[in-house]
Amino acid sequence: MSVFAQGVTYDGVAVGDTLPAVSSKPISRTTLALFAGASGDHNPIHIDIDFAKAAGMPDVFAHGMLGMAYLGHLLTAWVPQRAVREFSTRFVAITQVHAIVTCTGRVVEKREGNLVALEIEAADQHGEVKLAGKALVQLP
Amino acid sequence: MIDRSFIGRSFPPLHVDVEAGQLRAFARATGQRDPVYWDEEAAQAAGYRALPAPLTFLFTLDQEREDRFYFINAMGIELGHVLHGEQAFSYAAPICAGDTVTLTCTCLDIYDKKGGAMEFVILKTQAVNQLGEDLGTMTSTIVVRDPK
Repeated sequence: MSVFAQGVTYDGVAVGDTLPAVSSKPISRTTLALFAGASGDHNPIHIDIDFAKAAGMPDVFAHGMLGMAYLGHLLTAWVPQRAVREFSTRFVAITQVHAIVTCTGRVVEKREGNLVALEIEAADQHGEVKLAGKALVQLP
Repeated sequence: MIDRSFIGRSFPPLHVDVEAGQLRAFARATGQRDPVYWDEEAAQAAGYRALPAPLTFLFTLDQEREDRFYFINAMGIELGHVLHGEQAFSYAAPICAGDTVTLTCTCLDIYDKKGGAMEFVILKTQAVNQLGEDLGTMTSTIVVRDPK
């Protein structure tokens, strides 16, 4: 089963088009532990509540790169990964444990060279934006 | 205050192997539903020579150091005060399982805002594979907050 939308082309997209949204499962403490191991980001602030509290935070919170991985899913569910030329994000707010992250995106510009610029974001179940990003894809 | 003499300096390059098991673990941990990222046959059907590394994986490869907090420790930053401000990638050749990637990280800038209450470290990492092919770059903005 492929979740790729088939056949996204430069001529077939228009400014204002939206990408099919992608939602995560609720982010549990287990999610953070597994992501720490798999991503190599072992900063204890994401997995060790004692460390987080000592650093002045009320609880552990999600790795920024977990949210960015979800944003990546949004892109590669829409076009094959090799179409993606640039991908960036600002981490605008901390993503708390138990958040359900929904990633959305829209076409903001069509450029020469079959390049399409996107604005993308990840928000939690309350609609609070956690990551605000951009991507540049090159379409057939 | 972080020593500004780090600006323009590169850290020793890292040579790291991209392993299929590591890619599958990353796919599982991120709830990846597309088999291209965990099934060898699906990856090859999609035109990859082996499982492809996902879009953010350079960041993970850079953690494969003896000291994964290398720049934080070198710069004398308090780990608990570090926040990830921004992250950017630009892509060239795909990274696949079986590749050996060389990462070179350079400190592009260090500056502060709010009278030194927040410091920003900009790091840019260049990646090439065992064939000398350009794999692209990643740029990280690290924010160091002063809890006082």
